[in-house]
Amino acid sequence: MADTAYEPEIIFDKQGNPHEVVDWKHDYEGSKLGFWAFLLTEMMIFGTMFFVYSFYLYQNNADFVHASEEMNRLLGGINTFILLVSALTMGLSLVKLRNGHVQTCKKLIWTTIILAVIFLGIKYTEWSIEIGHGFYPGSPTLDTLGNGTKLFFGLYFTMTGLHGIHIIVGIGVMLWLLSLINSGKITSTNFVVLENTALYWDFVHIVWVLVFPLFYLIY
Amino acid sequence: MSMTHTSFYEETHTVFGHHKNKFLQWIFSIDHKRIAIMYAIVMFSFFAIAVVVALLMRLELFSPGQQIMGPDTYNKAFTLHGIIMIFVFIVPGIPATLGNFLLPLQLGARDVSFPRLNLLSFWIYCLGILVLLYSLFGGGGSADTGWTFYAPYSTNSASNVVSALTAAYLLGLASILTGLNFIATIHRLRAPGMGFFKMPLFVWGLYTTAWIQLLATPVVGITLIMVILERVVGIGIFDPAKGGDPVLLENMFWMYSHPAVYLMILPAFGIASEIVPTFCRKPVFGYHAIAVSSGMIAFLGYLVWGHHMFTSGQSDTISLIFSVLSFIVAVPTSVKFFDWIATMYKASIDFKTPMLWTIGTFITFIIGGLTGLILGAVGVDIYFHDTYFVVAHFHYAILGGVVFLMFAGIHYWFPKMCGRMYSEKHASRAFYIIFVGFNVLWFPMFIAGALGMPRRYFDYLPEFTIYHRIATVGSWIFVAGLLYMFYTLYRGWRYGPIAGPNPWNATTLEWQIPSPPQADNFGTIPYVDFMPYEYIEGEPVHHMDLSVKEDVHHG
Repeated sequence: MADTAYEPEIIFDKQGNPHEVVDWKHDYEGSKLGFWAFLLTEMMIFGTMFFVYSFYLYQNNADFVHASEEMNRLLGGINTFILLVSALTMGLSLVKLRNGHVQTCKKLIWTTIILAVIFLGIKYTEWSIEIGHGFYPGSPTLDTLGNGTKLFFGLYFTMTGLHGIHIIVGIGVMLWLLSLINSGKITSTNFVVLENTALYWDFVHIVWVLVFPLFYLIY
Repeated sequence: MSMTHTSFYEETHTVFGHHKNKFLQWIFSIDHKRIAIMYAIVMFSFFAIAVVVALLMRLELFSPGQQIMGPDTYNKAFTLHGIIMIFVFIVPGIPATLGNFLLPLQLGARDVSFPRLNLLSFWIYCLGILVLLYSLFGGGGSADTGWTFYAPYSTNSASNVVSALTAAYLLGLASILTGLNFIATIHRLRAPGMGFFKMPLFVWGLYTTAWIQLLATPVVGITLIMVILERVVGIGIFDPAKGGDPVLLENMFWMYSHPAVYLMILPAFGIASEIVPTFCRKPVFGYHAIAVSSGMIAFLGYLVWGHHMFTSGQSDTISLIFSVLSFIVAVPTSVKFFDWIATMYKASIDFKTPMLWTIGTFITFIIGGLTGLILGAVGVDIYFHDTYFVVAHFHYAILGGVVFLMFAGIHYWFPKMCGRMYSEKHASRAFYIIFVGFNVLWFPMFIAGALGMPRRYFDYLPEFTIYHRIATVGSWIFVAGLLYMFYTLYRGWRYGPIAGPNPWNATTLEWQIPSPPQADNFGTIPYVDFMPYEYIEGEPVHHMDLSVKEDVHHG
């Protein structure tokens, strides 16, 4: 969906049939393909983490189940809900932009940003509570507990931390999106950056949907 | 061909603005050809450093006992040599330099899909190198863990492991972005009419490599981050004291790093598949088989990582499965070799320097590949593990395979990049010197390794002296040959005769435009309804001038 002024270059084969030459500057499909490839790399990164998790879960099942009881399911549940709603607002912003409602689209992106910030705030509270209880890598409390519990919290902070970094990056990208919309670089016909960001945000929330039960709900 | 076109050395597109300054025009250029040349400059500078480090290690090993460096310095030296050669030189190696330069040219495209991302990946690559330099000179001393960063030593060593890991991570990220860019480019920007099975075989090599870069590199990336977290906050994943498993690191490391060896060799095989038909003046034998075998090697590469860990205590069943899978990789590799040999059969071969390098590689890579099968056999590997046999095998496969073919490619595309030709006489002599030096340097290590010489030791028992002496002498011949080769190329670049657009009578699209190419590569994009290597009676079937914009088609 390139801008309307763009005229693709046409070449002809021996029979005189026209063929369009794809130009990298106006390649909607290419932008989508590249972003899906990027999501594959993200999948491999989180996939490796899930692989490590399952390896240690298999070895220390009882400790993991026991440690899972320490998780704050209320805060974690609220966060899951917030992230799911933010995925909805992100998706709706794309729909609104494509229908030409630029102002609504911007409001929805702001809503997504606010929800993401709330998510991070709750995450911070949770981490504070757990660290306050002495559950952090290398803590004296953990040293008295079994190896499975140490690994559980090591993995918990690593995986939720990695996910949190993705949320922070997402917020940054959304602010950039807003500036692109304001300067007219993202329009109702040229929206691939917003579309890719929505894909990214979906990916981030799907990761959370997998992380949440693995740490909070296995007790 | 038209002299009215200005080459990409004169004009370029930058990521923002117009710069008067030549240096800014280069470092902000989004032209894939300029980025390729910048990569090559940085890469070969570090290649030179790593060669010097290796030369010093060989000098230390000239006699038993300590001469010029002690054990700790030696540990740091082989770690540095490994990190530079693997992460800085050979992993980005062919794709970032020759690949970047040639992929759009061979596809009939005006650039890669994401030129700005291409430049970003070069900057990330440079940032990674800066962090690596910091790890050398920052407090604590440079890393001494070996390039494989095996736990638990890597989580305990007092040296600068964190910055070395960060550097490896950044270099890996640059490699991922290059792979992503190439996949999108190959899917989207092929000239009209060029189906996947009309692409040149070098592009096939880059395509399969790009998939390995994309899917395997993130695994090692997150693994390196976990080692960093282990060292900084002690998450316990690789620490046996907290229930972690150091062998898990080995597994995850080789899940990437074994596919990474195929990531190195596949584009190199692609270069061979370009050079052999050009200098045999024949269509390549078994085009489809060569293309598909690249995909098979890439796929099988994911399934063999366990053969690095036969001595790690993994179960015997797993070892046997990995062993069998490793043998199977030899099948698609042999398919390629038989295809190249079949192409050469009854051809009147033109033994120009690129072809010499390619045939030399066939000899050294077959030695490297077949000794790989020996190491892939569980029973034998228990004996050969961590000996000089492995060192010799690895260098025969990577230096004698990947780097030799990279040199072949550099000699082949040199006139396209520079517009001038090097001296054939000196270039072929440089090949013979390097080839002899290479074999003198590494063949004795097979014997020393088989007799039990362990790798990574700065000292050895007196009975190994003769092998180390021969190898060290070989290293001098080898380096002399390298200097001769680079000097010949330098002379060619500065003073060589004008090469013209197609000095080799080659058939692929990059030879149908001026040398060096203009900024946007093509004036006319051709409709590709022909195979990449079409020769009749030793002459290319298609002659095209694609430099200018025209409505009328040439033959």
